[in-house]
Amino acid sequence: MIRAPAIGLAFLAVLCGSPARAQPLVTDISDHLVAITSSYTGTELLVFGALDRGDGDIVVIVRGPAERMTVRRKDRIFGVWANFDSLTFRAVPSFYAVASNRPVADIAPARTLARLQIGAANLRLANVAAADDAAAKPFREALIRLKTAGGLYQEKSGQVAFLGNQLFRTHVTLPSNVPIGTYTAEVFLFRDGGVVAAQTTPLFVNKLGFERAVFDWAHRHAPLYGLAAVLIALFAGWIAAIAFRKG
Amino acid sequence: MQIYLPIAEMSLNIYLLVGLGGMIGFLSGVFGVGGGFLLTPLLVFVGVPPAVAVGTGANELVAASVSGMIAHWRRGNVDFAMGAVLLAGGVVGAFVGGAIFTMLYRIGHSEILVELSYVVLLGSVGAMMFVESLGVLLKRPPKPGTPSRKLHEHNWLHGLPFKMRFRKSKLYISALLPLGLGFVIGALAAIMGVGGGFLLVPAMIYLLGMPTLLVVGTSLFQITFVTAAATFIHAAANKTVDVVLAMLLLVGAVVGAQIGARVGANLKGEQLRVLLSLIVLGVCLQLGFGLVARPGELFSLSPAVPT
Repeated sequence: MIRAPAIGLAFLAVLCGSPARAQPLVTDISDHLVAITSSYTGTELLVFGALDRGDGDIVVIVRGPAERMTVRRKDRIFGVWANFDSLTFRAVPSFYAVASNRPVADIAPARTLARLQIGAANLRLANVAAADDAAAKPFREALIRLKTAGGLYQEKSGQVAFLGNQLFRTHVTLPSNVPIGTYTAEVFLFRDGGVVAAQTTPLFVNKLGFERAVFDWAHRHAPLYGLAAVLIALFAGWIAAIAFRKG
Repeated sequence: MQIYLPIAEMSLNIYLLVGLGGMIGFLSGVFGVGGGFLLTPLLVFVGVPPAVAVGTGANELVAASVSGMIAHWRRGNVDFAMGAVLLAGGVVGAFVGGAIFTMLYRIGHSEILVELSYVVLLGSVGAMMFVESLGVLLKRPPKPGTPSRKLHEHNWLHGLPFKMRFRKSKLYISALLPLGLGFVIGALAAIMGVGGGFLLVPAMIYLLGMPTLLVVGTSLFQITFVTAAATFIHAAANKTVDVVLAMLLLVGAVVGAQIGARVGANLKGEQLRVLLSLIVLGVCLQLGFGLVARPGELFSLSPAVPT
């Protein structure tokens, strides 16, 4: 019997009282694969875990794949408003959500938060033009503001709930316009303003089934896809014309 | 009921999309304009990324215009000879316009000049058409027995060489005229990213002197080809055509276009022109307002163009 020693060990660990002493933080997420199908309207992701003791603060960060983004600013030229200046940022998280059991500013000093990039304002966003901080600031702020307005950046304190004092859970909402790719869910355990433990879990968001087939076709066989799109439209117009002649 | 759109990468309400398509299809059936001017901003308004709105809008307009075109054709209101000449000019114009667009893009910040000239163009065409058609509409009908007016005024344009007979339109004019007109509209369409039906329809009425009802059908004939080409280019080059979105829109559009064609056929030429001129002026005002008014949000966000 191979199982007997394992069960014995587990029992021993329980007897010893704190099996997680070696591991102060254990976490997981409800779905490791978010499938986007035709009925997808966004999803609620459950992030949960357990601590070794009944004290500490939890900060959960879910991040989407990085992308290059351009921020444009309108200015008044000869009396009309037109796009004028622009700044491109190199690695912008396409999705970024922070959840914590109390305001992050109360959990850790600003320096620590900045180092761990906790809070959208602390994201390190490098721009391609190597513009200095003062010049880049309005563009940076606009990027975060627009992403937040689109539901892609979220910061919620008090969203992490403790059950008892060693189990915690939180919901992160992925809206319907999330980009596909590899996401990460990071969970930080803070005690006395410092990180005691952290765990990162990957998460995949992908299109499946019909949505996947259309997307692949549009990208791999673009000319053929375009031709099909035109033919479908011509056919639909013709069918309607026939149907209405009878009517 | 929500449906996820694979290329737009978001979900939208099915009934909203069918209704939107129906409205645009109706306009195109009545007036012979594509309706891209209305469809693209509406799609952007409900959250579709602008590039996808333009590409998919073109696809939807193919269905609307072919549906409307067939309905007008059945009533004998399409001048295929005229349409073909316009189209020939349009194809060349689209290529030249595309080259101009690239050039303007390199200089940078010049699109504002194009937008301004478009506003001026729409404003003057709309105002002119409004005054003319309202004048006709308000005038008392002539007593029976008085000799009918000439079909159209003759000017220097009619003295150009390469005269061609367009039986359907009852015109004997230089082929250079529709060819040049098609060229200008094609170039503008490529630069502005809209079909150009708004300028084509008034130009066919006033410059070529075609009967209004014939103009609508013939314009739809030309727009079918222009939007088909645009759909293909957007799909092949930018991968921004969402067939799921397009199909939902076109279900409404093809039906709307049929109803529109019926309504249009029951209107008098000058009534059609008054309504069209009001729409043209409305679009002009909206564009102009967008340029002059201080926007609520000065910043905008878009994926970086790969370098």
